[in-house]
Amino acid sequence: MTLSLAHFLALAAILFALSVVGIFLNRRNVIVMLMSIELMLLAVNINFIAFSHFLGDAAGQVFVFFIMTVAAAESAIGLAILVVLFRKLDTVDAQELDSLKG
Amino acid sequence: MSALTALFYVFAAMTIFAALRVITARNPVHSALYLVLTFASAAAIWMILKAEFLAIVLVLVYVGAVMVLFLFVVMMLDINMDSGGRGFWRSSVAIFVGIAVALELAAVLFLYFRGASIADAPALPADYNNTKALGALLYTEYVYPFEIAAVILLVAIVSAIALTLRRRKDVRYNDPSEAVRTRAADRLRMVSVPPVVRTAASPGAPEGDAADGEPAK
Repeated sequence: MTLSLAHFLALAAILFALSVVGIFLNRRNVIVMLMSIELMLLAVNINFIAFSHFLGDAAGQVFVFFIMTVAAAESAIGLAILVVLFRKLDTVDAQELDSLKG
Repeated sequence: MSALTALFYVFAAMTIFAALRVITARNPVHSALYLVLTFASAAAIWMILKAEFLAIVLVLVYVGAVMVLFLFVVMMLDINMDSGGRGFWRSSVAIFVGIAVALELAAVLFLYFRGASIADAPALPADYNNTKALGALLYTEYVYPFEIAAVILLVAIVSAIALTLRRRKDVRYNDPSEAVRTRAADRLRMVSVPPVVRTAASPGAPEGDAADGEPAK
């Protein structure tokens, strides 16, 4: 049994589904939700690299580069917001962050 | 089954197991550590796909920087680790949505991409350099998005610092510009001390009694 494109796509699909489940499962904890988003981006990146390899086009890898840049920026800002939120409200429970006025 | 296929299955199983532990671990520190394992094994998968540069970057940037940031925040925030019992209802909804997403993706992927074997992938030339090829593409065709990515990183730096910066009230510190601009008159006070004359009328006048004269203006 040889390796095929479908193997990599299936792996990415399973990762993506797991991260969706993670967001549903950890709706209280914002940090684990951020980690689930990172997993989702990883799944997308695996798809990009698999297609890039099977099409012989390096542009897909350039896009992975950009996605990683944006993901790093997103997690940095998200964690900064989380720190400010925790300083102000003493919680990171997403269920309690429902008022607009801090 | 070739060695490459076996390697793929090993690393894919490790990736999926670690991702499963990320979303089910009770302790956020464990989640972060399992996310590190997920990224490491995904980097191995990318190696199988001959994307060496990105595999190394994934380990350096994610495992080295982003996950350290996650761990730092998790440990700094002192979160109540017990996130409460997960209800049966919510778990069943989560599992239903997960299975639905997986089935949809699998239906599309296996319908259209089943045939492509890794032997069909375009052969790379013998002197192919992944890093060189990516760099050539990045600095010619994609140089404008590259600059935008740099600006995005700059905005992220500025905003993360601006969000978390706070003036602490309980810390004493010197203002260097004030310290440089100071003059002698701010530090020194000239006091004119009248001489003490001992007379016969007041023999026991204390020595420092007259020292509190009016200051010189």
